[in-house]
Amino acid sequence: MHTPRIENDSRRAFLRGALQGAAGLTLAIYLPGAHAAGAAAPAAAGAANLAPAFEPNAFIRIGTDGMVTVISKHVEMGQGAYTGLATLVAEELDAAWSQVRIEGAPADASRYNNLAFGPFQGTGGSTAIANSWEQMRKAGASARAMLVSAAAAQWQVPAASISVSDGVVTHGASGRHATFGELAPAAAHLPVPADVTLKSPTDFKLIGKHVPRKDSADKINGRARFTQDVQLPGMLTAVVAHPPRFGATVQSFDASKAKAVKGVVEVVQIQNGVAVLAKDTWSAIKGREALRVVWDESKASKLSSEELFTRYRALAQQPGAVARSEGDTDAAFARAARTLRAAYDFPYLAHAAMEPLNCVVQLGAGQCELWYGAQFQSIDQGSVAALLGVKPEQVKINMLYAGGSFGRRASKDADYVLEAVRIAKASKTKAPIKMVWLREDDMKGAYYRPAFHHALEAALDADGRPIAWRHRLVGQSILTGTAFGGMVKNGIDTVSVEGAANLPYGIPALQVELHSPADIPVAAHWWRSVGSTHTAYSTETFMDELAAAAGQDAVAYRLALLGKHPRHAGVLKLAAEKAGWGQPLAQGPAGTRRGRGVAVHEAFGTFVAEVAEVTVAADGSFTVDRVVCAVDCGMVVNPDVVRAQVEGGVGFALSAALHGAITLKNGAVEQSNFHDYAPIRINEMPKVEVHIVPSADKPTGIGEPGVPPLAPALANALAAATGKRIRSLPIRTGELQA
Amino acid sequence: MITLNINGNTTRVDVAGDTPLLWVLRDRLHLTGTKYGCGMGLCGACTAHLDGHPVRSCSTPVSAAVGKKIVTIEAVDQARVGQAVQAAWQKLDVVQCGYCQSGQIMSAVALLESNRKPTDADIDSAMAGNICRCATYVRIRAAIHEAAQALA
Repeated sequence: MHTPRIENDSRRAFLRGALQGAAGLTLAIYLPGAHAAGAAAPAAAGAANLAPAFEPNAFIRIGTDGMVTVISKHVEMGQGAYTGLATLVAEELDAAWSQVRIEGAPADASRYNNLAFGPFQGTGGSTAIANSWEQMRKAGASARAMLVSAAAAQWQVPAASISVSDGVVTHGASGRHATFGELAPAAAHLPVPADVTLKSPTDFKLIGKHVPRKDSADKINGRARFTQDVQLPGMLTAVVAHPPRFGATVQSFDASKAKAVKGVVEVVQIQNGVAVLAKDTWSAIKGREALRVVWDESKASKLSSEELFTRYRALAQQPGAVARSEGDTDAAFARAARTLRAAYDFPYLAHAAMEPLNCVVQLGAGQCELWYGAQFQSIDQGSVAALLGVKPEQVKINMLYAGGSFGRRASKDADYVLEAVRIAKASKTKAPIKMVWLREDDMKGAYYRPAFHHALEAALDADGRPIAWRHRLVGQSILTGTAFGGMVKNGIDTVSVEGAANLPYGIPALQVELHSPADIPVAAHWWRSVGSTHTAYSTETFMDELAAAAGQDAVAYRLALLGKHPRHAGVLKLAAEKAGWGQPLAQGPAGTRRGRGVAVHEAFGTFVAEVAEVTVAADGSFTVDRVVCAVDCGMVVNPDVVRAQVEGGVGFALSAALHGAITLKNGAVEQSNFHDYAPIRINEMPKVEVHIVPSADKPTGIGEPGVPPLAPALANALAAATGKRIRSLPIRTGELQA
Repeated sequence: MITLNINGNTTRVDVAGDTPLLWVLRDRLHLTGTKYGCGMGLCGACTAHLDGHPVRSCSTPVSAAVGKKIVTIEAVDQARVGQAVQAAWQKLDVVQCGYCQSGQIMSAVALLESNRKPTDADIDSAMAGNICRCATYVRIRAAIHEAAQALA
């Protein structure tokens, strides 16, 4: 059935304008398949939609029942994007929150590109709200104007005399009113306004207020649909035997026992392993257990984590590519009253989202349909199209909820999506395929937050002020060799040094250098807050050591150096005030030591300071009792979602600080499941308080920035309690013994 | 054939007795609210009730569920405690990605069925088998207290 759509020049001009408005944020991204953008728009998903619907633009559909469907171009993976984007639309539309529902957008970068990424559809970098802030509001305001025009024409009254509130359009003077649903058919025939006026923030009814999440209801009754839950007629489930070591390949395999397992239908070899296809998941799992694969390990890696760090430490002795250079560091060190040095090791980290990676694929003649928690639609669509030799628009992507991602589903090379498509391609059955990675596949999945080594040196003058700072980082580049390679300039991968090269402290001589070792078999991948996961730690614990060496208070010392960075200073002051900084901590149980530590960091344009309080037992074991956070993310769309993201960010960061390490031995990943790669559990979760700085600045992101300050604040608290500086993560409690 | 009592209904399924209950629920009966997370009873995403006790269905052979009342997230609202827990979860907007939340709710309901006034320590103990990678723990704790109050 053909759904009436408004396709006209005004809408395209509106979209073009929205794109141009964000040009300052546009990043250079080279897409696989080359023509992902500009594809003809497929009919909007959701055929059950009520006709005649009113579709003023690509983001809104209003049915005759009055339901407002907001099309979210961003995946919902827990960060609240669905709720946030719909709030922006509903605010300007003056819809009632109860009449709003949300649907994931199809893959079509011509309509659903991330304005911060250029002609690219994808979610990441805490950009969902920041890049949609004006676009979604304009979409809502434009629809509202058309509904008002429709009412004005019907009632023969001036549009200016009409008001809209809670989804009802009213002409006050005559008392006439109509619902959105009643006006939708007439509004659908009107031109899209060329320009719309957005509300003044003082008139906001939803933005900045408590608006409940739209995904709560379905996520508490089991109805929310994740990739894992997709069932298609005749569908087979595929479980893959992957190489045990990096660089190993399939030499041969014996599928006879696997095929003897009841429910197993087919066993196929793919580029990166052997897939067992069965009528249900358990049969596929049993089939994989029965499968015998002989791996060719002649070219397999023998790398161990110890060797890696030995090599990294040696590299840190050599000059690297220069990421920032100011003043004369050599001269400053020569006249220093005191110098300090520290070196840090950060392990590989797995994303370990609760939903292991998966993807559902159905191949047809000259086309491919996918169902999954799609995060980088443009990469996935282009990569699949290239593999199948079809046009990107022939690859249809149905975006489902993602059961977490933390960056993993934003694959730079569509790795897991291509694996699913390769299985479907190799299968003779033509059945739809649900590829599922078991937890072990996911844990050993080879895309990790890269391991890093940092070496820092600082020079202090006689008053304890830092006069020089040298920071050398060693770690794999995430961007090199990917579609994002254009963002690597002069040997500097910007995401390797983010948080280090833009150190906010006023230090007159400053040198930041980077080594990006290349011949390592592990795929370096973004992991919630990316470079800041390690740069915040080294810079903020080292700054704490400087303050201690100067005999000064850690907050006052930082504030004295943040004169040009009022937003850093603002969150630092707020967190300190709310935490009772400077007041003595209550004593812990007999034999324990208590401490409080602080850190402040900017990530993705958002400023966060956190104060952690710890209690350390004589044996070095400790509890994190309380974390006080202050956040400046510009204007807040949903304060409760901001709080939730910071609470969760604290817990996510704490998992890494306490337990997180993926280690290599003889070219294999040593961890396999939650017993040896342990996220924190509820008993390890501290009390978390989140305080938001009121702001009139444009919104920035909140999905990631709560993560970076936690580990350094915690380490600084442990140092306050024990005098011991933690320079290698995860924290080993043995180092903290009394 | 194995006969099961699931969510108040009697169902017969043709599976081997050693098949984990999780896969019977999900793949045979399409009760997909119960999630696969680890397959080793480590994360609790697959938590269901057997005669009111929370079990990790990924590590429970279906044969062990025969003759017992199985309740999954899809029917947890049939009892007052389940309704109170879901209402508290929604009121406090506990969920983020949501993938673990069925299991969290099943564990929380089992806790409140046996202990109407849980302390923080009781909650930590009862909920320690359920991992939330989004770390919604602050709100899980608050929501359990909220539900306990509503039930008082």
